[in-house]
Amino acid sequence: MRRSPKDTEESTRRITRRGLMLGGAQVAVMAVLAARMRKMQLEDADQYRLLAEGNSVKIRLIPPARGLIFDRNGVLLAGNEQNYRVTITREDTDDVEATLAELRRLIPITDADAADILHDIRRRPPTTPVTVADRLTWDEFSRVAVNGPSLPGVNPDVGLSRLYPRDDDFAHVIGYVGPVSDFDLSKMEDPDPLLLIPKFQLGKSGIEAKEEAVLRGEAGQRRVEVNSAGREMRELSREPGKPGENIQLTIDYRLQNYALQRLEEESAATVVIDVTNGDVLACASAPSFDPNLFVRGISVADYRRLTQDDHRPLADKTVQGLYPPGSTYKMVTALAALEAGLVTPEETVWCPGYVEIAGRRFHCWKRAGHGHVNMTKSLEQSCDVYYYELSQRVGIDKMSDMARRLGVGVKPDLPMSAVKEGVAPTKEWKQERYGKDWLIGDTANAAIGQGYVLASPMHLAIMAARIASGKKVEPRLIRARDGVEQPVHVSDDLGIEKSYLDSVRKGMTAVVNSARGTARGSRIEMKEWLMAGKTGTSQVRNITKAERARGVIRNDQLPWNRRDHALFVAFAPIDNPRYAVSVVVEHGSGGSTAAAPIARDVLLFALAGGLPPDDAYPSSARAKAKELNDSLDLVDPESVQKPQARSRA
Amino acid sequence: MSYLESNLKTVPTGWRKILYMNWPLVILLTAVACAGFLMLYSVAGGNLKTWAEPQMKRFALGMVAMFTVAFVPMWFWRNVSALAYFVALLLLIAVEFFGAIGMGAQRWLEIGPLRIQPSELMKITLVMLLAAYYDWLPVEKVSRPLWVFIPAAIILAPTFLVLAQPDLGTAVMLVLGGAFVMFAAGVSLWYFGTVLALVVALVFGVMESRGTEYQLLHDYQYKRIDTFLDPGSDPLGAGYNIMQAQIALGSGGWSGRGFMQGTQSRLNFLPEKHTDFIFTTLAEEFGFVGAFSLLMLYAGIIGFALYTAMATKDRFASLLSFGVAGTFFFFFAINMAMVMGLMPVVGVPLPLVSYGGTAMMILLAAFGLVQSAHIHRPRQR
Repeated sequence: MRRSPKDTEESTRRITRRGLMLGGAQVAVMAVLAARMRKMQLEDADQYRLLAEGNSVKIRLIPPARGLIFDRNGVLLAGNEQNYRVTITREDTDDVEATLAELRRLIPITDADAADILHDIRRRPPTTPVTVADRLTWDEFSRVAVNGPSLPGVNPDVGLSRLYPRDDDFAHVIGYVGPVSDFDLSKMEDPDPLLLIPKFQLGKSGIEAKEEAVLRGEAGQRRVEVNSAGREMRELSREPGKPGENIQLTIDYRLQNYALQRLEEESAATVVIDVTNGDVLACASAPSFDPNLFVRGISVADYRRLTQDDHRPLADKTVQGLYPPGSTYKMVTALAALEAGLVTPEETVWCPGYVEIAGRRFHCWKRAGHGHVNMTKSLEQSCDVYYYELSQRVGIDKMSDMARRLGVGVKPDLPMSAVKEGVAPTKEWKQERYGKDWLIGDTANAAIGQGYVLASPMHLAIMAARIASGKKVEPRLIRARDGVEQPVHVSDDLGIEKSYLDSVRKGMTAVVNSARGTARGSRIEMKEWLMAGKTGTSQVRNITKAERARGVIRNDQLPWNRRDHALFVAFAPIDNPRYAVSVVVEHGSGGSTAAAPIARDVLLFALAGGLPPDDAYPSSARAKAKELNDSLDLVDPESVQKPQARSRA
Repeated sequence: MSYLESNLKTVPTGWRKILYMNWPLVILLTAVACAGFLMLYSVAGGNLKTWAEPQMKRFALGMVAMFTVAFVPMWFWRNVSALAYFVALLLLIAVEFFGAIGMGAQRWLEIGPLRIQPSELMKITLVMLLAAYYDWLPVEKVSRPLWVFIPAAIILAPTFLVLAQPDLGTAVMLVLGGAFVMFAAGVSLWYFGTVLALVVALVFGVMESRGTEYQLLHDYQYKRIDTFLDPGSDPLGAGYNIMQAQIALGSGGWSGRGFMQGTQSRLNFLPEKHTDFIFTTLAEEFGFVGAFSLLMLYAGIIGFALYTAMATKDRFASLLSFGVAGTFFFFFAINMAMVMGLMPVVGVPLPLVSYGGTAMMILLAAFGLVQSAHIHRPRQR
């Protein structure tokens, strides 16, 4: 479209006029903006700066209360206590050193601690409060609070700290918490902001570590107004966090306490399982330690004492300790042979005290031999030759398959630290692990639970529970979460014929109750609580041909750490099994003397729900049992925090 | 202006066009964008990757768009303006149905990997169509009611669509940008006076009716007005943003706290610190000197755009340049007025500084139109 020159002229003139008007208006608006800038940034700047510095809103995290842990009766095992502490925030103080010096006049801080604190404060961002002192007494705490105005950047506050009221009893099962370390943080991809709070407590072992996610809870937030010294002036809003879940264990605090004390000074472990539902009622590893030491920050001396003890108090022997199960493994061999139809319970084997296999002589523990041995007698008197013979008929694959069905060589699904799988060896396993072929002699050794076979006390207890009940019992350690009962895993599909199990149980009954049984001294006298079991003594050293010729050195002449391990597995009552138990006493010499009495006493305590009546013990053992029971310092049920008295704090 | 212009006899062609661009404008735009990168780096706590780097990439892309648009002659843009407007309108309608929800409003369209905000596109296509309209309309008809009604409809159609998203900031920008072109085109001042009077009367009526039986707004809407008039009345609720923004801005003082030293933005007191409220961080860290310098850079951009608008004899090119300059002006004026507490908070970003892809690209492309007008202006033989 062509426009006339006049039209264009008129249009351009108009646009120029309007353009100038618009330009003018824009200049005016910009002048207003500039004037406003000038007023705010030049005239009123001081006032705004005061507002910015003197009246800031800060977000503070509220750490949630960690979930509590109870025993099966609702008795508190892990709780939280109030912890009075003092923090310094670098940003809010002009001179950290002067402030710290001032603070040291009010509360005791050693020179070494003061140096550490200064180092810590300099290393962290200026906005992070660093804990200077904690576990203050009320007096110290109030002294700091009163002197607040002269201590810029210093904040007294109250936090929660983990407390284990049952001291040593649950050190291994529950574990302990400790301050978050840089190493902990380096393992996490996107750490919870809570963990960045200095000295925030994180589960380090046991249930505390395994259930960290649910025990920790979720942080709340507070918006607070702080003045130029960083002191809170008022709270503006508060969003409470979510406390961690409470966990109820299947363990009975009294039985646990008794079991640990009954293990005395030994390096030993015992596990008690309820065969009807798999509940782990006791899971004790001796010696134990006080987890509260770790919460408060363990001293170097204490820590060295724990790590250098040859009885290894820090290790949880119930699930981490692996031992050759010795003769307690003979039920596995027997069941494998019965199931394969390669032996009948009545069939006898001749035991002359040794047997030649593949050109090597395998000895029975009894040099003179047992003569004709059937299955019951083989268990009762723990004849080794009988099992060497059975093993040659069955082969290692069927034996190890049976072991796994009974729980040995399978990792128990438990929320505990470093749970071990154990070993039920096969030809492939040896090839892979050692690069060597399986030998016939290996099968013979495995038959009596020596050689490559390894099991933890937990494995042995599971095995005993499965033999006792004929059911596939899976151990359960957590009974309820926040009051919600957890599922029981006990199913009927163990797949071993009842008659075979009966034959083995008959043998186990004879071990304890017949005249020539290896554990007769540890029987239970009361008819309704009769116990069945199996002893085990496993070598930790090789006996050379020369030594055998000279006569095997007796255990009491060997140094402690060369002596045999003593083992015992048992269940009771015989006709209606309720509890299964396993006991391992490291270097305890003999299963019948060192382990069986402990298993009997623990079972009795479980059956009686406390110390049993005297007539439960065989008459010969009564005096000794009484003396022992009197010497124990058992927990007084009146002294524990009762379920109804428990609080969420 | 340039020494070349004295010898200029014909419209340049080919690569020579690059010599005839409005170069001061290019430099000023780059300077403002660089200030933006600096601030985005700062509010991210010294992290380039968070916002600054993506923003730089978009700026580079936007510059390419600007040069491309600049090289295309004006007649082409006049011919496609109606088409562009209707495409943008269709996209706005599409947002209503398929749009993604973000920040409480439905603003984005996802097309493959692209994420576009049609309302940003509309700001420019609206100005283009209005410029083309007044180029076509004989000058004497400009103020007749029917011929005023048509552009009003062109402005209001997208405005209502944007209000429905809801995006008050963009709606205000569309009305003001459109009115700016109509004003430049010479529509009688009476129209503008009447509309202004009506708005004032409406505001007065709304405020006066409060508390009476025939109150015109909901209570919560009045509360928002209160908050604007006195942010201190509700320091933790709606007034929080404004209060904190003003504290940050005011505490900057003459020369500011220094780059990366702002306490308010660092402590997360500021909302939207990388988008609508980025000016407060700049003002806090660089003080009055920094804030005023930015205002002057913006003034320079407006000045050179207006120079192009007045220098060309082509009516379309002239009105279009006015429109772009006006839209740009409203962007920063509203944003600054908002964070300085001169206006209620409506979501308008600080142009070329706030983090945001579509706005940056569209603005640079729009300045490409101004450049095209500058290059292809009719010359006397």
